[in-house]
Amino acid sequence: MTDYNFAYLDEQTKRMIRRAILKGLAVPGYQVPFASREMPMPYGWGTGGVQVSAAVMTTDDQFKVIDQGADDTTNAVSIRSFFERTAGVATTTQTAEATVIQTRHRIPEQDLTEDQILVYQVPIPEPLRFLEPRESETRKMHSLEEYGLMHVKLYEDISRHGHIATSYAYPVKVEGRYVMDPSPIPKFDNPKLSDCPAIQLFGAGREQRIYALPPYTQVVSLDFEDHPFVASKADHPCGLCGVEDSYLDEVIIDDAGGRMFVCSDTDYCTARQADGFKGKDAA
Amino acid sequence: MQTQTLDGGFTQPALQAATAFRSVMEAMARPGTIRTITGAAPPAPASPAAGAVLLTLCDTETPLYLAGACDTSDIRTWIAFHTGAPLVGPSACQFALGSWADLMPLSDYPIGTSEYPDRSATLIVEMPDLNQSGATLTGPGIKDTAMLSLPDAAAFQANGAQYPLGLDFIFTCADRLAALPRSTEVC
Repeated sequence: MTDYNFAYLDEQTKRMIRRAILKGLAVPGYQVPFASREMPMPYGWGTGGVQVSAAVMTTDDQFKVIDQGADDTTNAVSIRSFFERTAGVATTTQTAEATVIQTRHRIPEQDLTEDQILVYQVPIPEPLRFLEPRESETRKMHSLEEYGLMHVKLYEDISRHGHIATSYAYPVKVEGRYVMDPSPIPKFDNPKLSDCPAIQLFGAGREQRIYALPPYTQVVSLDFEDHPFVASKADHPCGLCGVEDSYLDEVIIDDAGGRMFVCSDTDYCTARQADGFKGKDAA
Repeated sequence: MQTQTLDGGFTQPALQAATAFRSVMEAMARPGTIRTITGAAPPAPASPAAGAVLLTLCDTETPLYLAGACDTSDIRTWIAFHTGAPLVGPSACQFALGSWADLMPLSDYPIGTSEYPDRSATLIVEMPDLNQSGATLTGPGIKDTAMLSLPDAAAFQANGAQYPLGLDFIFTCADRLAALPRSTEVC
């Protein structure tokens, strides 16, 4: 633990990130530019989330990392061991025990508490980017609250597919002011963004943006009166734990079209199985 | 005098700054809550809490304004040694330190631009007293309502009316702090 400063980053970098986090909390949903550092992992592997986690972490924390809900995938395992080595922080896979949770593209099924911080890894922080490639223009659109283009995009979804086909990174409006990209979480998770007791921080390393949602912030998914927002999921119970209301992954299990649906949140599913719940595919 | 300048910083900068930042962040994320923050001992009249906030957030990149009674040579040299923050006037500052009366008028501070509302000042307000009574707060970070002993409710209402522009405040008193971001509605 003497090879690195606590939590890898140098203190000046952490101060810069910490100042950005405070401004992000003061203006919920607004993307604060920050001087993202090169991290010992490629862009797209959570460099933004790692920098935010490093800036908020203390030695007393219990750190959890999930990648699409799973604690045991490459990205989650490597980031967890990164902070074990550079911060000496305790790690856990249990949502209830964790105080800082770094996540890629999911919000845990279990309700978060006031003692927790959720750190999102964000690839493209700008919700308008695929509609308007120029940063100078999207900044102006945010400053003028000019979000008509986003509704046109959702309307085009309806005219082409008959319903809003956007299923992840579903745009939200924060406290009636800023339209925000919730990172590529499934829209099933969108309702959990709002009125959440935990602090939610978003870090985009490559795009050099940090934004935040303080606890109990009102977050509304964009929709139309005649096409209201629906938090959709695969219409199956979990094959392993039998739960009806958690977000599911579809897993191909043979080359004859066989498939099963399992909870994407591995900790939630494991805990339910340990409590004796069984799905139809459970061994 | 020299020991006073060299002493009073964090003894374990990385670990203490991390803990101190969590207090500041929790306070900013949950307006109306009061946190303790320790580890710094700046020269009087600056409070230990204000000292810890400066050590946690300020460095050579953050212009700082020392208002009124806080603008002493002891505090100047302490800040120069421990943070290296350049000292400037209110219109160019990113952080400001002082009592509420000394920090006036609020119109002198940068409130950000419509495209970059984050380019605004954060005022560290030294308070004679800090408790959860007085003005009623609502908004992001607050479940229903919260109370905080603000120096002047009308000034914070005017600040909040500029949203998303505006100033953010950290209130310090001895080893305790609270915060009020511009997003909070005061009544």
